[in-house]
Amino acid sequence: MTGPQSSPPALAWRLRAAMFTRLFAIQGSWNYETMLGNGVGFAAEPALRALPGGRGGTAYRLALARESDYFNAHPYLASVAVGALVRAELDGQPPAQIERFRNAMCGPLGSLGDRLVWAGWLPLTALIALLAYGLGAGALTVVLLFLALYNVGHVGLRAWGIHNGWHGGLHVAAVLGHPVLRQAPLYIGRAVLFLLGAVLPLVIRRVLVSTGELPTVAAAGSPGGITAAIAALVGAAVLGGIFVRLHGRVEGWRAAIVVLAALILYSLAR
Amino acid sequence: MTALDLLAPVLLGALLGLDVVSFPQVMISRPIVAATIAGALAGNVGAGLLAGAVLELMAMETLPVGASRYPEWGSAAVVAGTLAAVRDVPRSGALVVAVFAGIATAWAGGWSMYGLRRLNGGWAERMQPAVEAGSWRAVVGLQLRGLTADLVRAALLTLVALLVWRPIDRWLLSRWSLDLVVSHSILVAVAAAAAASAIWRLGHGATGARWYLLGGLAAGMALVVLQ
Repeated sequence: MTGPQSSPPALAWRLRAAMFTRLFAIQGSWNYETMLGNGVGFAAEPALRALPGGRGGTAYRLALARESDYFNAHPYLASVAVGALVRAELDGQPPAQIERFRNAMCGPLGSLGDRLVWAGWLPLTALIALLAYGLGAGALTVVLLFLALYNVGHVGLRAWGIHNGWHGGLHVAAVLGHPVLRQAPLYIGRAVLFLLGAVLPLVIRRVLVSTGELPTVAAAGSPGGITAAIAALVGAAVLGGIFVRLHGRVEGWRAAIVVLAALILYSLAR
Repeated sequence: MTALDLLAPVLLGALLGLDVVSFPQVMISRPIVAATIAGALAGNVGAGLLAGAVLELMAMETLPVGASRYPEWGSAAVVAGTLAAVRDVPRSGALVVAVFAGIATAWAGGWSMYGLRRLNGGWAERMQPAVEAGSWRAVVGLQLRGLTADLVRAALLTLVALLVWRPIDRWLLSRWSLDLVVSHSILVAVAAAAAASAIWRLGHGATGARWYLLGGLAAGMALVVLQ
């Protein structure tokens, strides 16, 4: 690594905007060979035009080829790598150093993104939407609440990533050690557990209560409705325990399809 | 369903299938969004939302992590939302069959994404000399080709799933014998179990995990009683 990063070079606003927009399609050609590699090249390409010789120049071609090589990370946090790599290319860092940096960033950006987004933010926001549904919110409210909440985090993370990558350059790794990033998955995980507990009885109730759009189910206050709701909750607890025990051998949705197939067959055979 | 009736859900399935991985991943492909929009297009937004909520619980397990093969819920939720909403006369078992069709489509969608990734890999291999020469046309071309192929994949998946499931749905519901409350109770119990096991596996290592879960459960039960 070189010494502390100096101020970033000037980069036209439209080139930054193009890079940011292209980040949303970074997985467009995802494959098992180069994974995100071509997507990183695709996202970095607008900024590489600022290299000496412009688009088609030798520096541009060498840099684009380098940036389109194998890369794997979480798609949102790949923005950190794109910003840092573009900065390194425009700063004229040695190619071997850029390649080492690319390889070193794959693991941390992948595992942090998976914990923060896929195992944290996504279930959290989905459960908040389901909570709203369970509390009786309408379709528009549920959908807009989920999309707004989720994308505040999603778009914010991409913007944060490219900003910090661009400013940090090859020293951006320090940013990933920020306490917020390290602690957030822990707190989100606890919130997700609490929300799950709150959501299940509410959603079960709403599915069982007449909504007017599907055939009328026994009203919540009727003995039949209460019995069904309690039976569903107990059934969910028992089945959930079985699914947890089966972990590693079968996923919940696969087990669910078997149970539902059995239910359909039973209904036909009766 | 006429060809015109199929056009809207197929186009929606294509767009939402694209959102799952390729572009823009803003999660309009999550079942609670996708099935609701499909229901609205089919003329019954409430039925779509109901199917979406149940499928969302099932989809909690899916972590779209890199190279793993996982169900494709975007196009699948469009199929489930459409099936839940299109019927003229609501019937017992309708939600069960719609959700079942959704999960089956999601499973098939997972395989179609695996095929797409292999296809992308083949294209990347063929274009490798041009990419290594730093050709922007090759880099941008690969990306656009992959995006287009994903759009077509999702459209075909939605079309085939609707063509297959619509008659099956009608046939099954004409012979459905279970009571509505029983059908819905079992369905929502299965979905809740899938969600609970998925979230528990993600978070059970946290200190006091079971207390957070039990605290939430108590809060949820209290809200049910208050409602």
